[in-house]
Amino acid sequence: MTNTLTIGRKARERSTTASVPRHRTRSARPPWQEPPTTVGQAAKGLTLGGMLAVVLVPLWIIVVTSFSTPGAINRAGGLVVWPDGLTTEAYREMLGDPTVSTSLLVSLAITGVGTAVSMVVSVLCAYGLSRPRSLGHRFVLVLLIITMFVSGGLIPTFLVVTGLGGYDQWWALILPGCVSVFNILILRSFYSETSAELIDAARMDGAGDWRILWSVVLPTSRAVTAVIALFYAVGYWNSFFNVMLYMPTDSQKWPLQYVLLTYVNRGVGLPGSINAGFGNTHAQTAPLSLQMAVVVLTLVPLLIVYPFVQKHFRTGVLTGAIKG
Amino acid sequence: MSTARAERARRPPRLNWRIRLRRDKSLILMTVPAVVLLLAFNYLPLFGLATAFQDYDPLVGVWHSDWVGFDQFRQLFSDPLFWESMKNTLYLSFVQLILFFPVPVALALLLNSVLSERLRNFIQSVAYLPHFFSWVLTITVFQQMLGGAGALNQFLRQHNMGTWDIMTNPHTFALLVTSQAVWKEAGWGIIVFLAALAGINQELYEAAAVDGAGRFRRMWHITLPGMRGVVVLMLVLRLGNALSVGFEQFLIQRDAVGHDAADVLDTFSFYYGIATGNYSYGAAAGLFKSVISLLLIWGANRLAHAFGEDGLYRG
Repeated sequence: MTNTLTIGRKARERSTTASVPRHRTRSARPPWQEPPTTVGQAAKGLTLGGMLAVVLVPLWIIVVTSFSTPGAINRAGGLVVWPDGLTTEAYREMLGDPTVSTSLLVSLAITGVGTAVSMVVSVLCAYGLSRPRSLGHRFVLVLLIITMFVSGGLIPTFLVVTGLGGYDQWWALILPGCVSVFNILILRSFYSETSAELIDAARMDGAGDWRILWSVVLPTSRAVTAVIALFYAVGYWNSFFNVMLYMPTDSQKWPLQYVLLTYVNRGVGLPGSINAGFGNTHAQTAPLSLQMAVVVLTLVPLLIVYPFVQKHFRTGVLTGAIKG
Repeated sequence: MSTARAERARRPPRLNWRIRLRRDKSLILMTVPAVVLLLAFNYLPLFGLATAFQDYDPLVGVWHSDWVGFDQFRQLFSDPLFWESMKNTLYLSFVQLILFFPVPVALALLLNSVLSERLRNFIQSVAYLPHFFSWVLTITVFQQMLGGAGALNQFLRQHNMGTWDIMTNPHTFALLVTSQAVWKEAGWGIIVFLAALAGINQELYEAAAVDGAGRFRRMWHITLPGMRGVVVLMLVLRLGNALSVGFEQFLIQRDAVGHDAADVLDTFSFYYGIATGNYSYGAAAGLFKSVISLLLIWGANRLAHAFGEDGLYRG
C-alpha cells in the first residue's frame, strides 16, 4: 500500500512534466499504431483468458458443489462442475449449526467493531498529521514510520498482550493490530491534498479542526476512506492467527476463518456440532456440500461489498494517486 | 505543484510554540489514540525483546527473570532445526523472487495493451479479487482443486491416470507455495505497475512510431524505462522482506508437508517459542530475523541508489 503511495507521488511528478495521463478513454486504436498480428492477439487472449479461468473456475466449482444434492456429488465422484441437482440443504444445515452460526456472528462483530475502531483512530491521526507546519506533527510522523521498519516481533508482542491481560479477551483480537501506519499515510496524503482554499474558507466561517475534518475533509475524500475501510475490514474478516494465539480453546468464540481452518481445511470435527450432525443424525446431507457452503459463507460478505468499493480502487487509490 | 508554491508564498512568520500549541491542540489530540496504541503494541514489545537475553519465566515476568546474555543465541546457532528453517526461508524466498516477481509485471504490460476499457476493467476486477481472500480460504481452494480428494485427482482417477498429490509433497512444496502466492497476489501486484504505465507520456509512443519504431522497440525504449523506477522499488521491498515469506501460509500447511519443508524463521519462533512455552528462545530467533531484515532493507536500498533509483527512502 505504501508502494501505491510512493508511486503515486512519482507518477505525479512525472505527469506534471508530461501532463498526459488524462482520461484514457480511447477504446479505438490510435492511428499511428500498427494493426495487431493474429498470433499476438491469440496469445494475449489465451493468457488473459487463462488468468480469468484460474480465478473464476475454482470459485464456480465450489459454489456449484455447495448447492448440489448428495446424489449429484455422488455421480460426480466429489466436486461438481456442471449443476446436476441443486438444493439449498447445505446452507440450511450450516446456518442451523450452532458452531458455524455463532462463528458467523463473531466474525461480523469483530469485523464491524474492529473496522470502526481502526477507522476512527486512523482518520483522526491522518488528519491530525495532514496540516502543514502544525506543532509536533513531524515528531509523531517519525514515531509512526519507525514502526514500519522495526518491530518487536511475534513473541514480545504476545508477551505484551498477555501481560496486559489480553488472553481470551475480545480486545486482543482487535487492538494490537488495529492501527496500520500504511493506511494512515495513504489517508494523510489525500487529506493533505484537500484544497487549502476550502479549508481556509471553513476556518473563516469559524469551523474548528474537528468540524473541518467532519464537514470538509471527509466528504471530499470519500473514495479513499471507503478503500481504506475495506482494507481494514478485510484484514479483520480474514484474520485467524490472533485467534490461534489468544483464543485457541473456546470454540464458541471462534470466528468463521478459524472454523473454516479447523473444520474444512484440517478436517477436524467441531465439538458436538457439525461432525455429530452429519456423522449421525443428518447422514443424508453430503458433508462436501456443507464444507463448500462454509467456504462460500466466508466469501459472501466480501463479494457483497467488493463491487461498491472496487469502483473506488480506480477513482481512489489508483487514479487519485496518479492525477495529483 | 502550483498550490505548493502558493502555500510557500503566504507562509506566516514562525510562531512561538505556546501559540502554536494553542492553535494546534485539537490536531495533536487527534493523533493521541493512534500514538497510544502504537506505544502499547509496537514500542512496548521492543522492550520485550529483552527477553531474548533472558531465561524468561512467565510466572515472574520480564523484571525478575534471569539474565543469560547471549546463551539463547548460542543455543540457537547450534540448533539444526533453526538452520533448517533459515535454509527454507532463503530457498522459498529465492524461488518466489524468480517465479513470482515477473508475473505482475508481465500481466500489467499485457493488460495495458488491451484497448477496450470495459474489458480491462473487468479483467482487473477479477484479478484483484483473490488478494482479499484469507490464506485459509486460498489454501482451502487449492486443497479442493489440487489436493488428494480435489478436482484434479478426481479427474485423474476417473480416467485411470493415477493420482498426483501436490498438497502433501515436501519436494514440490516451494512450487506449491509460489503458485499459491501468484494466485492470490499477482493480480493485485498489477496495480502499481499499471499506475507506472499510465504515467508514461503517450506522445513518446506516437513520436517513436512516426520515427519507425515497431512495437517491440517501443516497449524496449519507452515502456520498460518508464517502469524501471517502480520495478526497482518493488524489488527493494521484496529483498527487504526476504525473510518474511508468508507466515500464515506456512503455518496452515506445515502439518500437511512436515516441518522440514515448511518451517521458516517465523514459524520457527512460533513453534519453538510460544507453542512450547520457551519464550526467550523464540524471541531470540525473532530478534535475529529482525536484525538481518533491517540489514537487507538497508542493503537493497543502497543497491537501488547504485542503479540511480530512489528506492524506498533517500539518505
